[in-house]
Amino acid sequence: MMAELKPAERMKIKRHEMPNQDAHVRRSNFDEVALGYSSETAKEEAGRCLQCKDPKCVLGCPVGVMIPQFIKALREGDMEKAIEWMKVKNNLPAICGRVCPQESQCEGNCILGKKGESVAIGRLERFVGDYELRHRTCPLVKSQKTGKRVAVVGSGPAGLTCAVDLGREGHDVTIFESLHGPGGVLIYGIPEFRLPKSVVSGEVNYAVECLGIDIKTDHVIGRSFTLDELLNEFDAVFIGTGAGLPSFMRIPGINLNGVMSANEFLTRVNLMKAYQFPAYDTPVKLGKKVAVIGAGNVAMDAARCSIRLQALEAKKNGGDRREVHIVYRRSKDEVPARLEEFHHAEEEGVIFCFLTSPVEILGDDKRNVRALRCVKMELGEPDASGRRRPVEIRGSEFEMEVDTVIMALGTSPNPVVFVDAAGLERTIHGTALADQETGRTTKRRVWAGGDVVTGAATVISAMGAGKRAAADINTFLKDEAAWE
Amino acid sequence: MIRSHEEMYAILKKEALTPVTKLMEIAAPHVSRKAKAGQFVIVRIDEFGERIPLTIADYNREQGTITIIFQELGKSTMHLGRLDPGDTVASFAGPLGHPTEIENFGTVVCIGGGVGIAPIYPIARALKEAGNRVISIVGARTKNLLFWEEKMRAVSDELIVCTDDGSYGRKTLVTEPIKELLENTGNNVAKIWAIGPAIMMKFVTVATKPYNVPTIVSLNTIMIDGTGMCGGCRVLLDEGAQFVCVDGPEFNGHKVDWDNLLSRLSFYTDEEKEAVEHYHKCRIDGTRAKGKE
Repeated sequence: MMAELKPAERMKIKRHEMPNQDAHVRRSNFDEVALGYSSETAKEEAGRCLQCKDPKCVLGCPVGVMIPQFIKALREGDMEKAIEWMKVKNNLPAICGRVCPQESQCEGNCILGKKGESVAIGRLERFVGDYELRHRTCPLVKSQKTGKRVAVVGSGPAGLTCAVDLGREGHDVTIFESLHGPGGVLIYGIPEFRLPKSVVSGEVNYAVECLGIDIKTDHVIGRSFTLDELLNEFDAVFIGTGAGLPSFMRIPGINLNGVMSANEFLTRVNLMKAYQFPAYDTPVKLGKKVAVIGAGNVAMDAARCSIRLQALEAKKNGGDRREVHIVYRRSKDEVPARLEEFHHAEEEGVIFCFLTSPVEILGDDKRNVRALRCVKMELGEPDASGRRRPVEIRGSEFEMEVDTVIMALGTSPNPVVFVDAAGLERTIHGTALADQETGRTTKRRVWAGGDVVTGAATVISAMGAGKRAAADINTFLKDEAAWE
Repeated sequence: MIRSHEEMYAILKKEALTPVTKLMEIAAPHVSRKAKAGQFVIVRIDEFGERIPLTIADYNREQGTITIIFQELGKSTMHLGRLDPGDTVASFAGPLGHPTEIENFGTVVCIGGGVGIAPIYPIARALKEAGNRVISIVGARTKNLLFWEEKMRAVSDELIVCTDDGSYGRKTLVTEPIKELLENTGNNVAKIWAIGPAIMMKFVTVATKPYNVPTIVSLNTIMIDGTGMCGGCRVLLDEGAQFVCVDGPEFNGHKVDWDNLLSRLSFYTDEEKEAVEHYHKCRIDGTRAKGKE
């Protein structure tokens, strides 16, 4: 073990880079990009933490992970202890370590980041999570059975977190999932190269086995069973159905062949494994010049999947130059995606067209996409979101030659879960009306959290909501009078 | 009552209705308990399988079964057709989409073309039970592609059978008898349902448009998840794009942009061919022959 370092010495250690697959290699495979720290690197990186008395990093975490504690255990080489600290607050660290926007959460608050570079908390979290998936040192333990039954609708980040926390409290939990496998956006949305499906199934299976959680796949709540029917069988219901309904721009040409939602594209590629067609049955048709509209994480995922599919296609069939463009109406400074995804996309050769807004998709005589008509924008006064509003430059129209258009413009909640759920109110945006702190909806014994309440947001904010709702449901189930 | 994800869905019965059309009864109580005429299911054969949307041909709530009928056209339906009672499928989700609006309209016409006879049957039956006078027209390319004539007759006040080549019943397309029925104003047809190949549905709506009789069609566009997530199934109506899986599958056929729909249906033709070739190759190699690995 390293001798105890002085703070000044710790501050001299440079932040450790994440070893990545080389950009030229990875652009033609779907293997994970970030390879993970070795245990030596992880310990050295953990050595940079100053163990603040008043840790700001924890305040930045939506689930309040006990960051200084797990990092201390990690640098002392006590992996079991590190995992124990981790699991006090976070049941799915191998997932969070990969997909959280750490730069605006824990790492954004790290004191080291004020003058230099913050501790790589996310990478350490992933290291701990991966170690646990391999070694299973600290199984989740179910408290004494309460005999209470909870139905969780949706097995994405919000539902899984809620289910695991309630399982640990001794309640019988059943998850209802409409797709054929658990994970929600973690398996249909986030690509293999960013979050391997084996990591998702590893975390899910581990938790489900430890806590005896039942997962019913192929169950569309609102159709197979309604919410009111679930309330007859269960003491409480948590809705974590996410925001799965894609939005299309209201411009002419959206129904041409070659226009798809990012959801369609990513579902084909990730959930249905179209990149392995014809070994897997579902194909995906992608052109030589792809335009992805939008610049959020989903847009980056779609663009980077496109780069890979094109490279695989070029390997197989050779041929002309292939291009993937991201078309975004604001500038580089407003890109909403996680910084790392943006950098990775750039490295892999995605071409960014900033301050550009599509006005029409043009088709050929076979109704296939042939071009995107766009206008150039400039930034004006700040709008309600605080970002400078893009304003069209007159007379700047131009055509961009493309044959595939992928719309990554956000999603809204799927309304099917609200069928026969009298008294469950929704906002004008179609999201469930729920208390942000407790997840309580306007219907008794029904809670909701994650994207179904907030609209499309992040994995970790959904996990936070699932966690807060689980705490409130637990109070309700153990002592209804006190909960009131 | 509720199934767990390790369980599979058993095929209980299989019947060849025509040389290329198969019927299967599948144990899926979570689907049958709510299933209604006009809705559909998503079937996935195995780990490698795509999600296949199939309209519900019948259901039995007591036995917890759903009847599906499919024509072996592409890789997935060929593969499904080779499974037997005792085999299972990996996923079976539903009932999806909106059920048919059933009420007593007066006189109604139900048109089923080819494999479309399967989904039109429970609709005709429900309309009959609701007190309608049901006139049905069933048609196919040729005699040996027709099925369920007797079942259709049992739920119809009048049944017209036709084939394109005249090998059985009237030698005509289904569009002719519907025109004749509408031409005779004494029939007073209140509403029409037409289910079959997209091109047939298009021409039925063209035929009925001048008479201004509401004509409902059930669309089977390309879908991935079938639950509203992908939008791949979107169809252009007069009022804008709608999703077949959650807004349909039934629509007012007079409002559908058929040329757009037909063009979108053919977008993946090359890949469908490739999938069939790959499947035959794998069957010869002996890999993944029955989807049981």
